[in-house]
Amino acid sequence: MGYLQTFGPRADPATALTWGVIVISLIVVAIILALVIVGVIVRGRQLSGGWPEISHPRSEHWIWIGLVPTVLALIFTLGWTVAVLAKINSPASKPAFTLEITGHQWWWEVRYVGPRPADTFTTANEIHIPVGIPVLVKAATADVIHSFWIPALTGKTDTIPGRTNLAWLEADRAGIYRGQCTEYCGQQHAGMAAYVIAQPPAAFEAWRQAQLAPAAPAPAAVAGGETVFNDHCSACHAVRGTSAGGALGPDLTHVASRATLASGILPNDRATLMGWIANPNSLKPGTRMPATGLSGPQLNAVASYLETLK
Amino acid sequence: MAETAIFDRPLPVGSKGRDSVGWWGVLCLIATEASLFAYLLFSYYYIGVQRGPAWLPEIHPKLTLSGPNTLILLSSSVAVWWGEEGIKHGRRAQHLTGIGIGIVLGTAFLIIQGFEWKAKTFGLNTSAYGSLFYTVTGFHMAHVFVGVAVLLVVWIWALIGYFSPRHHARVSVAAIYWHFVDVVWLFVFSTFYLSPYVLA
Amino acid sequence: MSAAEERAPGGARARADFPGPKLLEIWETKPGFINWLASVDHKEIGLRYIVTAFGFLILGGIEALIMRMQLAQPGGHVLSPQAYDQLFTMHGISMIFLYAGPVLSGFSNYLWPLLLGSRDMAFPRLNALSYWIYLAAGVFIYVGFALGDGPDAGWFNYVPYTDRAYNPGINIDVYSLGLILLGISTTVGAANFVVTFLRLRAPGMSINRVPILVWGTLTASVANLLAVPAVSLAFFLLWLDRQFGAHFFDTSQGEPLLWQHLFWMFGHPWVYAIVLPAMGMVSDGLPTFCRRPLVGYTAVAFATVATMALGFGVWVHHMFATGLPSLALSFFSGASLVITIPSAVAVFAWTATIWSGRPVITTAFLFFASMIVLFVIGGVSGFMTAAAPVDLQLTDTYFVVAHIHYVLIGINVFPVVGAIYYWFPKFTGRLLSETLGRWNFWTMFVGFNLGFFPMHLVGLAGMPRRVYTYPPGMGWDGANLVISLGSLLFAVGVLLLLINIAVSLKRGAAAGTNPWRAPTLEWAVPSPPPPYNFAVIPIIESRHPLWEEALAETPRRSQLDEGLLLDQGRETIGTTPLDGRPDLIVNMPEDTLTPLTLALGLATMFAGALGHIWWLAVLGGLVVAASLIAWFWPKRADAREPANG
Repeated sequence: MGYLQTFGPRADPATALTWGVIVISLIVVAIILALVIVGVIVRGRQLSGGWPEISHPRSEHWIWIGLVPTVLALIFTLGWTVAVLAKINSPASKPAFTLEITGHQWWWEVRYVGPRPADTFTTANEIHIPVGIPVLVKAATADVIHSFWIPALTGKTDTIPGRTNLAWLEADRAGIYRGQCTEYCGQQHAGMAAYVIAQPPAAFEAWRQAQLAPAAPAPAAVAGGETVFNDHCSACHAVRGTSAGGALGPDLTHVASRATLASGILPNDRATLMGWIANPNSLKPGTRMPATGLSGPQLNAVASYLETLK
Repeated sequence: MAETAIFDRPLPVGSKGRDSVGWWGVLCLIATEASLFAYLLFSYYYIGVQRGPAWLPEIHPKLTLSGPNTLILLSSSVAVWWGEEGIKHGRRAQHLTGIGIGIVLGTAFLIIQGFEWKAKTFGLNTSAYGSLFYTVTGFHMAHVFVGVAVLLVVWIWALIGYFSPRHHARVSVAAIYWHFVDVVWLFVFSTFYLSPYVLA
Repeated sequence: MSAAEERAPGGARARADFPGPKLLEIWETKPGFINWLASVDHKEIGLRYIVTAFGFLILGGIEALIMRMQLAQPGGHVLSPQAYDQLFTMHGISMIFLYAGPVLSGFSNYLWPLLLGSRDMAFPRLNALSYWIYLAAGVFIYVGFALGDGPDAGWFNYVPYTDRAYNPGINIDVYSLGLILLGISTTVGAANFVVTFLRLRAPGMSINRVPILVWGTLTASVANLLAVPAVSLAFFLLWLDRQFGAHFFDTSQGEPLLWQHLFWMFGHPWVYAIVLPAMGMVSDGLPTFCRRPLVGYTAVAFATVATMALGFGVWVHHMFATGLPSLALSFFSGASLVITIPSAVAVFAWTATIWSGRPVITTAFLFFASMIVLFVIGGVSGFMTAAAPVDLQLTDTYFVVAHIHYVLIGINVFPVVGAIYYWFPKFTGRLLSETLGRWNFWTMFVGFNLGFFPMHLVGLAGMPRRVYTYPPGMGWDGANLVISLGSLLFAVGVLLLLINIAVSLKRGAAAGTNPWRAPTLEWAVPSPPPPYNFAVIPIIESRHPLWEEALAETPRRSQLDEGLLLDQGRETIGTTPLDGRPDLIVNMPEDTLTPLTLALGLATMFAGALGHIWWLAVLGGLVVAASLIAWFWPKRADAREPANG
């Protein structure tokens, strides 16, 4: 989550500037700290020695002497700031595609917008991008203000009701980059992580094709689970290619292909999945997902079904 | 001695019209109230700019009531000024008449504003514009109401005979507050009634 | 013209050491609980402010310690998310609104008339009103919290999370109405400072002779008059949105960002309002111990005003991530960076004062001198966030938490504790223990840096702020444990201060009139000062009335020992705004209960509005109206009327 080392052309110029102002700041603090400590040691005395005479030497010139390097450092920083702003405003080449990222209490909806409606699909919390190719981000919200932040790749972009804020993502190295909501948005503000998975373009394309496809028909073994899902879950969750079309919660068409649950805070394994479905509030207090009240066999069935949604 | 140099004349005791400490206090009150209205009008223009002209319920707001009402409020300021001049020069009748006319005109303004509110087709909770219209004009009416009440109290005190050409700080304070309320109306009126003609 | 209306001031004169019993009888608050409630003595009110503010500081501190227990380790289970949210919100409100501003009002209320050579503030009753409303607002918000309905959306209270749709309880209404109430207190207090500055300085005290603390509080007060309406209005509009279906900020028809503009138009000037007077304390206290006048008085006074003036133009730097165009980011980055210049003036002035003086190391001196270092650390982290591209990474992480605490604790709490060591002898007539003082200082200083410096590092490591927990393995664990331990040590330091105060109140060494051999007027009167402050009206010839002999810089000496008595009722001298020439003999009001009834009426109104109990609100309104009429009731024209409120 640190941002003193970053991995893309949107973040890197700001990181250089960050190091720059850190160095300036450390120099300033070191100088003043030394001046105060040495001044007190050299000039100071204990009260037991009595009160020294009052004097009034003229020392105003020290203020002006101090101001000269201060102003120079400011001008330097301001120039660098403006240059960085210009650099990170837009990517060097045209973005390959658009990502619509929508904040919800408390998860991220991620929509890949292709040139045709048939190229468009929705997923959640885990954002795959191709290495070395800029991607346009349109950040919006379904409810309150959130802030989208992947420190290694980009600074924050607030999601504000009624607005769409633009940003872009580009990673110059494959990897998994964690991010987290940074505008206080309620009880689970802390539980609203996101991951960007930067892959070589070919691997990304394979992932995209897989995500684009609707869910494969449920094998007979999990047909019972699908029924449970449709009865209890489909009002909020969608599984493309089935009758489940809810839009309140994350799209689960390929939920089994994701590494995490509950907006990046839980591992996506069978035990956690069942615990999550049984009682989401115990794992993420305040979550909008209600307890489903499923019986043990129903839980088992629905988990088995979800595990097939690769 | 320092003292002989600095105390070179007799000093007035207590308040003397605009020399009083209270006068400066009311100027502070006016500064903060003026800021309040500035922030209110900032809110109006901010939302207006974000929304574009479409947010106005009426591109040409009717001036039939608000226009004459503006004149009424301005005349009340003249009356109050004339009334304050009265007490400054010891003309009690002029003082009572001036402040009295101010009270009557201020009350008339409030009543007409009531009709203006009734004539509007939108409410506080119809739209952002409605919220702003009723809040800003409501804030202003509350100030007019307080102003009328203050003038009324001052008028009663004058009737009892509390004021003199030297002691009328409260009259000056009430008057400057009243003028302030009138000036604020000019900004409110220009914003809600005139600016759409120019900007929309 | 009657004799009562104009008086030659040459009349009644006296020597300061023999004022006669009449002044005491005129100015003294009579014994008894009711009379205590009715007191309008600025010293009494100032102390009430300070004590109350420290009460809220302790509450806010306890809230912080509980949060630090939760955050000491990843995945903590001390607090539920709801409890954490209310705690971090109440912590912010307590510290920023109920402690940091009021404690400075307390010091300034106590000190201003003494620094300026007056017998009270311009509006003693308004002063009492300001305190009572402050107390009522604090109680109002804390009662909500105690009933489980405390504010829970941060002190910044961003809409739409605070809209009824997402926050249906009355938590946010408690905050909204409580803060509007507090705003009234701040506003009337600010007006009082401004008018006192303009009209109630001692004869001869031209504006270039007032202490820097006065400049700081004056600047803060002017800013409060202009800025507080923004936040009061924002909260009022939000209340209309929530309770009456208005559409100012809501998502369907309003503009959520309007909230942020109004809030920060207030919020940024407010940050300066709660540090500039404290910087003034350092500018006045440090020279006393360095045995020389402040280096660059004029530059520091100008810097104080300039900081605030610039402070009104930088509110957008709190909104860099809201999707603003590059041009706006550049402009507000530039404006924010420029504020460094007046801050640098103050830092170099203080440093030069130490180097060119002969510093005597006392506890007060240590707090003031260490503040310079903390100010610089808080300053450079502010400078870093001023650069918009850097801020887009830093904002809303623990780095900013570190920044705000270096600013508010470094520039407010450290000077305030220094000010307690400095002025406690004046307040009480007793010195605080220097031995315990050293323990107090070093515990607070080490605890503070241990507790807050690592926040920079976890911030740079990406830890967001306002999170009730965090996962393990992010590289945040160790630092968070250190932060929690450091905050505990810091709390022990504050406890040592309280112990020192408690012990010294009973057993402290007698202070005498001027224990620090200080230059300013408050040290010319006994400790504690008599109710009338100055037995005779002083006449001022320089910036350092008590150092004139040693400095030998002015042709004439200030006259403190003998002069005008003014003992025909509560009276003081009014002077002209710039030169401080005597202009008027001001009548001051007697002790009265109207400020208290007015404050109670207001609080009743707000409680009625909160619960939609409209008859209660109307009842409160009637009490307010009746109190106001009683307040301003004139005496007959042939009698003398009190000039002011």
